[in-house]
Amino acid sequence: MNFHTQYFDLGRLDRLSYRRTAVHSLDPRAKVIATGLFLVTVVSFPKYDVAGLVPFLLFPVLAATLGEIPIGFILRKVLIVSPFAVFVGIFSPFLDTRTVAVIAGLPVSAGWLSFASILLKFALTVSAALLLVATTSFPGVCHALRRLGCPPIFVSQLLFLYRYLFVLAEEAMRIVRAWDMRAFAGRGRGATVFARLVGVLLIRTLDRAERIYQAMLCRGFAGDIPRLGTLRLRSVDLVFVAITAVFLGACRFFPVTEGIGLLAQGIWR
Amino acid sequence: MSHHIIEFKEVFFRYPDGTAALRGVSFRIVHGESVGVVGANGAGKSTLLQHLNGCLLPTSGQVTIGDLNLTAATRGEIRRKVGSVFQNPDDQLFMPTVFDDVAFGPLNLGLDKAHVRERVESALSRVNGLALKNKPPHHLSAGEKSAVAIAAVMAMEPDILAMDEPAANLDPRSRRSLIGLLKTFQHSKLVASHDLDLILDVCERCIVIGEGRVVADGPSEDILSNRTLLEANNLELPLSLQRR
Ligand SMILES: Nc1ncnc2c1ncn2[C@@H]1O[C@H](COP(=O)(O)OP(=O)(O)OP(=O)(O)O)[C@@H](O)[C@H]1O
Ligand SMILES: [Mg+2]
Repeated sequence: MNFHTQYFDLGRLDRLSYRRTAVHSLDPRAKVIATGLFLVTVVSFPKYDVAGLVPFLLFPVLAATLGEIPIGFILRKVLIVSPFAVFVGIFSPFLDTRTVAVIAGLPVSAGWLSFASILLKFALTVSAALLLVATTSFPGVCHALRRLGCPPIFVSQLLFLYRYLFVLAEEAMRIVRAWDMRAFAGRGRGATVFARLVGVLLIRTLDRAERIYQAMLCRGFAGDIPRLGTLRLRSVDLVFVAITAVFLGACRFFPVTEGIGLLAQGIWR
Repeated sequence: MSHHIIEFKEVFFRYPDGTAALRGVSFRIVHGESVGVVGANGAGKSTLLQHLNGCLLPTSGQVTIGDLNLTAATRGEIRRKVGSVFQNPDDQLFMPTVFDDVAFGPLNLGLDKAHVRERVESALSRVNGLALKNKPPHHLSAGEKSAVAIAAVMAMEPDILAMDEPAANLDPRSRRSLIGLLKTFQHSKLVASHDLDLILDVCERCIVIGEGRVVADGPSEDILSNRTLLEANNLELPLSLQRR
């Protein structure tokens, strides 16, 4: 996948948030809290617990379905960042070789189990975060964070990150395009030229940062980014948070997977 | 009314790299005057305009806006009066949505919410941009960005307007409505542009800048019909005067 398609994909995440579904219309604060609870619960699972994590897949699947977000799109995004998780977890199968279970005649070591749990936790948390943005929009999330008491400086940073990520990507694209048009047949394509292009990008970015700051001062900026508050917490939002909390609590503290397994066995007999 | 006066006295400005961009600029603009600033590329128009809102401070000489001398201490106050539109709208639209961006200034002025909303809607509809309200700026075309940048400044209802190439990316119809909009703005304004027809239409007075100096200053009709003067400054007669 090259740079251009990546860039337009970023814009797509953005456009998904324009939809009008039940999930989109929930209060951003409710969604931020629910996602936060979800992340904390998933991360709090012990190292070897894979089975316990499985029911949590329901959360992203439900959110994507109800929010009409294409699951394939989210999965692709998760895959793109997954090398990171693989890197973090790949050593445990070699370091932790105790056999903890035998599945279909094959011994399963504790290391593989913890590797699987790392991957699963990673997929769950990343997809939850992506879904939050896809159903709330990044500015919506920032606004919610601000209203939930996040320090203004932190929220401003996030907002700028979002706004100028696109500008920076466009700037980089322009530089690459201009360079591409005038570098022929291997000439002007060496590492030194590349290093200088990166340098140009850096300088342009610094210059731009300066100009943006000036523009903000011109419009009365004094540290906080004000916004017209239009958020209203409805009973639906409270119910949503409550149900999520109960669901997460149940999956965390009761062996739901085993229960379903036993139930299935019961029906089987 | 003294508070809409703009006065430059022997203003010099040198960029940190040593480029002398302004070399002794002097002029005085009284309340309600509409002044065009023209000149070749690199003449110093943008540099001059950035002195109006204190983005740049003169290296020597004096800039007076209303009854305040421009210094590091007064520039905050001066910025409340002067609305500036920059040459590059991407520098100016920094909020995540068009609506939020236009609301940014009025909110910082401490207006109440209903009032802010009203100002945003009226400013956006004056630039034909009401439909863009919920879009993020990075999904706008260049001309739409310019239009929104203009609305963002108009929403603050400034006493003085400083615009750098406001019509650069606009299609003919949007350019027309910008001209109409500028004509309705009653207070002092300074417009830097290579669009000499726009200047002729909007400004009764015109200042020609060349190599950081005021080369000519007078009624737009006289200056913009002076072929020798214009050509000496890389400019040509406005189209509307060429036909005569
Ligand atoms: N940040 C900077 N650092 C150093 N020199 C600069 C900087 N910005 C502009 N200059 C120089 O200052 C001079 C005046 O530039 P300015 O941008 O004011 O020109 P301008 O009249 O607005 O031109 P244009 O019509 O192309 O917009 C030019 O010689 C330019 O090279
Ligand atoms: Mg300029």
